[in-house]
Amino acid sequence: MTEQFEPTIIGFTCNWCSYRAADLAGTARMKYAPNVRLIRLMCSGRLDPTFVLRALSSGADGVMITGCHPGECHYIEQNYKALRRYLLLQRVLKGLGIEPERVKLVWASAAEGARFASETTAFVEEIRKLGPLNWGKPVAELGNLQEEISKLEEVRA
Amino acid sequence: MKQYAYYPGCSLESLATSYNLSTLEVAQKLGVDLKEIKDWNCCGATAYFPVDELLAYTLVARNLALAEKEGFGEFVAPCSACYKNAYFTNAYLKKDPDLAEHINYALEADNLHVNGTMKIRHLIEVFIEDVGLEEIGKKITHPLKGLRVAPYYGCQLLRPRKDHENVENPQFFESLLSALGAEPVDYPSKTRCCGGSLIVTNRKAALDMVHILLQDAVNRKADVIATTCPMCNVNLEVYQSQVNREFGTQFSIPVMYFTQLMGVALGIKPGKLGIGKELVSGEPVLAFAY
Amino acid sequence: MSERIGVYVCHCGTNIAGTVDVVDVANWAAEKLKHQGVVIAREYKFMCSSLGQELIEKDIKELGLTRVVVAACSPHLHEKTFRTAAKNAGLNPYLVELASIREQVSWVHTDKAVATAKSKAVVSGAVSRVIENVALDEIKVPINANTLVVGGGIAGIQSALEIANAGFHVYLVEREPSIGGHMAQFDKTFPTLDCSACILTPRMVEAGTHPNITLMTYSEVVNVSGYIGNFNVTIKQKARRVKTDLCTGCGICQEKCPKKVIDNVYEAGLGYRKAVYTPFAQAVPNFPVMDVENCIYFKNGKCKACEKFCPTEAIDFTQQDELMDVQVGNIILATGYDLFDATRIPQYGYGKLPNVFTSLEFERMCNAAGPTEGKIVLRDMKTAPKTVVVVHCVGSRDENYNKYCSGICCMQSLKFAHLVMERTGAEVYNCYIDIRTPFKDYEEFYKRVLEEGGHFIRGKVAEITDAARLPEEEGKLIVQVEDTLIGKQRRIPADMVILAAGLEPRHDAKEVGKLFGIACGTSGWYTERHPKLDPVATMTEGIYIVGCVQGPKDIPASVAQGAAASARVLGKIFQKEVALEPIKASINQETCSGCRICNGLCPFNAIAFIADDMVSEINPALCQGCGTCVAACPAGAISGTGFSDGQIMAQIDGLLFRNLEPVEA
Repeated sequence: MTEQFEPTIIGFTCNWCSYRAADLAGTARMKYAPNVRLIRLMCSGRLDPTFVLRALSSGADGVMITGCHPGECHYIEQNYKALRRYLLLQRVLKGLGIEPERVKLVWASAAEGARFASETTAFVEEIRKLGPLNWGKPVAELGNLQEEISKLEEVRA
Repeated sequence: MKQYAYYPGCSLESLATSYNLSTLEVAQKLGVDLKEIKDWNCCGATAYFPVDELLAYTLVARNLALAEKEGFGEFVAPCSACYKNAYFTNAYLKKDPDLAEHINYALEADNLHVNGTMKIRHLIEVFIEDVGLEEIGKKITHPLKGLRVAPYYGCQLLRPRKDHENVENPQFFESLLSALGAEPVDYPSKTRCCGGSLIVTNRKAALDMVHILLQDAVNRKADVIATTCPMCNVNLEVYQSQVNREFGTQFSIPVMYFTQLMGVALGIKPGKLGIGKELVSGEPVLAFAY
Repeated sequence: MSERIGVYVCHCGTNIAGTVDVVDVANWAAEKLKHQGVVIAREYKFMCSSLGQELIEKDIKELGLTRVVVAACSPHLHEKTFRTAAKNAGLNPYLVELASIREQVSWVHTDKAVATAKSKAVVSGAVSRVIENVALDEIKVPINANTLVVGGGIAGIQSALEIANAGFHVYLVEREPSIGGHMAQFDKTFPTLDCSACILTPRMVEAGTHPNITLMTYSEVVNVSGYIGNFNVTIKQKARRVKTDLCTGCGICQEKCPKKVIDNVYEAGLGYRKAVYTPFAQAVPNFPVMDVENCIYFKNGKCKACEKFCPTEAIDFTQQDELMDVQVGNIILATGYDLFDATRIPQYGYGKLPNVFTSLEFERMCNAAGPTEGKIVLRDMKTAPKTVVVVHCVGSRDENYNKYCSGICCMQSLKFAHLVMERTGAEVYNCYIDIRTPFKDYEEFYKRVLEEGGHFIRGKVAEITDAARLPEEEGKLIVQVEDTLIGKQRRIPADMVILAAGLEPRHDAKEVGKLFGIACGTSGWYTERHPKLDPVATMTEGIYIVGCVQGPKDIPASVAQGAAASARVLGKIFQKEVALEPIKASINQETCSGCRICNGLCPFNAIAFIADDMVSEINPALCQGCGTCVAACPAGAISGTGFSDGQIMAQIDGLLFRNLEPVEA
């Protein structure tokens, strides 16, 4: 029996909304997939796209970026900047040969614990389908280099 | 000029031929190009859905598929039940891929496929929104001045909610009647159900509902009730005598299709509009034709 | 030299320990993270207890710890607790990191092995991060002792008076020409049936004459900048077109004004006022305002009767709006509610059928100083009704309009029923879904109305119409409702129907909130800091919300909240200075190339460009610490304390340190 691939996902949350949503999911004992490890930022606007690339290159199979709903940012409008960066990041990822679906943006207000939980679980399944990223694998560890290259070309197609 | 897929529906071929006649006459006069869909089938009206939902949707979807195949963009139905069925079948198959799959599986047998690209309209919307009240006003030759008309929307035109803004107190039918020069009556029961097919299955309940509609129209001193649906028309007109027997009333109010009123105002001969075939004489309206 | 890190894993009773093997996590940290500097790793039942905290303090002193990681509940709960413990032991509080393994692990996952493995990752992330932490000091800023209260209803008046009586200055800003709010419109207040104006007006007068209150009516806040202790507020004083230093409040201008206008604000559309008017007789301040949209002079240059007859020459047609800047330390928002617009429910006939009234219209009718002089009559202003139906939950508890319960309408409806029976002897029917009478003497009031002969029908009214079907319905309003307790449809012929319309946030609440940096919740009411434990504070330090602006409530609750916010404000004022979190951004001017990308990113205008040096600079007082500029700087010249690039990158690496360990679902 083959062991099911368990993705590892890094989640960035904002202190005012999405982190509180995650807390609310906890307080309400809502269950969700354990594959996400959260990092607290003060605001989704703090998210430097290099954080995402660092996460992916250090072994994460996916990254979830969360923040307050547009119009509800504690710092007024910084989540719009996060949105802009996310959209540009999608294009960069594609250029690097990484499926843009590996990075997802979710807005969750402090009251949306259930939503946070369900979005997380859904995202884990999406990444599971995409398979492991294996970015950080040194070339020496690659069995069949040709195979790896064809896999990347498939992604680019 | 835009061509609409015209879906008359079964009633317009039998009990409501006057609706069909008047629709086509008025459409021609106003330059609305209605082209009847080839080989259309019954939509199941209100009867089929409670029997088998999936089959009922498929039945309706076949008509949509036919219209799509012929390259139409808009699907027009004069009957409110046909309109409602088409509207929701179209909306649901777009929202529910599972339903669409089942429907298309059946339609395949007839070499058809439905995509949900049709825009579904009721006839009255096409005249009011696409032609416009101003345009209609320009073509009026016999304004229905002083004719008090109760605008009976019926329920399926508005409920369940479609695209109309105001479903509790809509005013678009009144606007159309005003454009015809008539006097629309403040008719509080205008969106109440007429009983529909209950007239067959639970006669007493339906007669009760018809009674309320007729009484209200009479209380408001309407000269005629204008309808947008063959079922409503039949219930209100054909069963008027039964209502009188049941409730001891003496109603004798003409019930006519809105297209017939439009036709008279546009100067079309009453005979061509199917006027003269009613059970309760359309005399009050006829008076405007000459 | 490496840091000396202490790791503390909390059991939280069985909350964490029931799902996470805390001993394993602690042992793992001691062993596997030793190379990063972990010198001690403990697990304890309740880290937040005094014994738990003592553990940390002891270790800091005896083991010379330079960093602390506490793996426990959410930092939103106990970050401050552990930071204080560290401070007490002589370690800078910002060298403590919390790792949430309760809300984000033990409470949301069921598999023990998986939860334990994740906890290890979380601890690993926290340890890696804390190494990058730097010692920070709270920034202390002085507090301006002035306070701004926005909204002069009962809640705002209460707040203002409490602070003023304590000896501090208050700016009380009110949009309408007079303070008093909705309470000034009511007749009697439940459950005591006190006359509303009688209990309100003394407070209004007190606020209007208090030496410590600057009353600014017919004014609005147009801009707010700054932060707690130091807000700069721009207030627009709309032109009354009356010179308030000359006006004596004699009222001759109103008397002589020939233009009658329907009063949609104070009289709820039931009565009239003039184009130059004071909203009601007991207005504070008692200066009239001119409604230029309806004034004959502004329309066609004629009339000027008010100016002609004014004995003190106080009328000034040329007066303009004025802007005024004030500095305050704290702001209390008390802007109240708007009534649900009953025309949105066409089947209730409001606006179409003359004898359907809203609750506020009916209040004005009952009021002895109102348009009917307190007589309960139909729209014709003379006929008394014989049957009245009060419809509950109009626009409230309704999926189509507002899902929430407006809280006060049941009591208000009972009050109406009582007043109608008392003054007219009419039959009253209350059509309700539930009767909500929770507070002091409320249930007893309900019983009283029952005993007085009120009829109660449990059913939501379907329709109010004038389409009669039976002879006894002719000329009446028919209320069609299902009486769910007897299981029958009923048609009640009534002369008058009163709609207990719900309470809604002010129509411009969102825009006003944005001015102050306050968010609205899903229903549009302003969001409090904590729904249970902190209902008057907001997420923004120094800004408080009181009264209905936070959610529908009755007068005692509004007053209590008004006083609560004042206590907070006074507490802050007495401390003389406030400590700001040192989470700030700063620009390294050596590395800054002057590209100015950061300048436009700050919504608080904290980043300025110094043209002479061609570099940008951040004002730490205005910086709120969001970090957007830190992320945006292409040169990496901006650093953010508390959430630096170094810290976050380290945390990412730490979290993934164990990502090769198979995690089973």
